[in-house]
Amino acid sequence: MNGAVEVLGAALVVIGCAFYGAGTVGLLRFPDVYARLHALTKADNQGLLLVCLGLAVLAGSARVAFLLIAVWSVGLVAAAVSAHLIARHARHAGSPHASREAER
Amino acid sequence: MTTVVLGGAVVFLLLNLLAGLWRIGIGPTAADRMLAVLLFGSTTVALLLIMAEWIDDPSLRTVALLFVVLATIVTLAFVGTDTEDESS
Repeated sequence: MNGAVEVLGAALVVIGCAFYGAGTVGLLRFPDVYARLHALTKADNQGLLLVCLGLAVLAGSARVAFLLIAVWSVGLVAAAVSAHLIARHARHAGSPHASREAER
Repeated sequence: MTTVVLGGAVVFLLLNLLAGLWRIGIGPTAADRMLAVLLFGSTTVALLLIMAEWIDDPSLRTVALLFVVLATIVTLAFVGTDTEDESS
């Protein structure tokens, strides 16, 4: 395989992993459930896109690339649905909002 | 070189999963623990896709596709029990 292509694919995978790391740090460090949800779902889906792109470049096969894009598309819809449902549950359960707590 | 990078990515994502366990432990609400499950879902998918390339096993990509859907079903089950409690 062409060396430059290999470097590009590996770099995309590494950047994607950095986004996953950011999502995990957000999950652990942010003050309330809504902020954690926001950090986790967005960062992780961006990470998944970059990992999928990198692996598609590395695999160098159209069939694999289509499968990876399918995984990412389904993941995007799945994360949006899950995030919405968990946020609604937290709201109904009266989960506290960190910024409003600070104002009091 | 690619093998080393992919191996490093797998280890890094596994460490992310371990960090997610911490959030499950400290909570404080059930929704926070479900967030950790969400993290497990998305991280496991990336893990499986990378491992498919790393150990050259294409069937793992199909497993990843399955995991994407399963993570949502777990969330649906969690919220489903919640609304039943509210209506009763």
